[in-house]
Amino acid sequence: MIDPGKAVQQSTEKPPPPVAATSKLMLGAIFGLAFGFLLQKGGVGKFNVLIGQLLLQDFTVAKVMLTAIVVGMVGIFVLHHFAKVNLHIKPTRVGANMIGGLLFGAGFALLGYCPGTAAAALGQGSWDALFGMVGLVAGSWLFAELSGWTQRTIEKWGDLGKVLLPDLLHLPRGVFVVGFAVTLTAIIVLLELLTTR
Amino acid sequence: MRICRKAPCFIGVLALLPLHVAVAVEPGANALNYPGPAWSPYIVGAGIGVLSWLTFYFSDSPIGASSFYAKVSGFIGKRFAKRHTESLAYFKDNPPCMDWEFVFVVATIAGGAIAALTGGEFTSEWLPAMWVARFGDSIALRAVVAFGGGVLMAVGARLAGGCTSGHGISGTLQLNVASWISVVCFFIGGITVAMLLFKL
Repeated sequence: MIDPGKAVQQSTEKPPPPVAATSKLMLGAIFGLAFGFLLQKGGVGKFNVLIGQLLLQDFTVAKVMLTAIVVGMVGIFVLHHFAKVNLHIKPTRVGANMIGGLLFGAGFALLGYCPGTAAAALGQGSWDALFGMVGLVAGSWLFAELSGWTQRTIEKWGDLGKVLLPDLLHLPRGVFVVGFAVTLTAIIVLLELLTTR
Repeated sequence: MRICRKAPCFIGVLALLPLHVAVAVEPGANALNYPGPAWSPYIVGAGIGVLSWLTFYFSDSPIGASSFYAKVSGFIGKRFAKRHTESLAYFKDNPPCMDWEFVFVVATIAGGAIAALTGGEFTSEWLPAMWVARFGDSIALRAVVAFGGGVLMAVGARLAGGCTSGHGISGTLQLNVASWISVVCFFIGGITVAMLLFKL
């Protein structure tokens, strides 16, 4: 007879990664190729499409992101329900998320590409993305130099730990996912009706 | 009383009218005058959503980009100042290595190239047309602004814990509170600075 306690524990246990470490890098390359391909085809490697979103003229970025979120969310939560994938939740630190987010946004507007789309833009022959990529490396170093200080200060402001939206609202995950998928889809439909691009 | 309140409003509108006409006559930056996406954003968005199922299932990793740049800076740092680099708090928590995320972003460059070449969209240009229309054709100016933007973006991404990929797609689709706060702030910061740059 199966020990019921053990069975439950097995289902919530970390599933072993289906592929070994060396081929994991190969998979990373294949997935990266697909990601860059999709970003370029979606036009989000183009300076005017990205800046156009920040100027609220071209809503391609919002449409791509919202569709990816709805499709991704439904799939990931179904897979997680059947213990096929792990969630990868980053801790919520309200101060760091807000200050970092605003700095990121300012930099995004100056460069016109974000870290992922800069890579796709470089591939598409937008060489100015290189200046931004060098800046991203330099900025990462600058942050590392400051990281001892940020850990003692900013990253302690409003530390809520690993928390999901449904936890915050005290709703069952399944209910929230369905409701949120419907809400985001409605926003996508509105965007399609109200925007030219 | 009612008229008194409305009068300054009316005068204000009249005063703004010539300003509005001036703006209309000399069209400001309009992103829609430049080429858009090759594919429907919904197809691409759904594709990225499905891709994230695959990366979670097969690689136990969410899609992300910004940590790649931190790894490159760590490699360079270790090459020139090994001990100092290893003493920094960020690199203690995140030792730089050639891992899945690193290969993923390198391949993203190649994926962008394949898409552009197969779609006849390979540009090979140092300056985007929309930038030239606003700021002229100085590559040096573009280089300085783009570099500064990159620096700000990296500091912001590391502080927030991710970028438009790690937070904007992977984190938001997991309903991570950190990601939703960050993404809203990405756009508040981005819209503010972009409006100042292109609309003022």
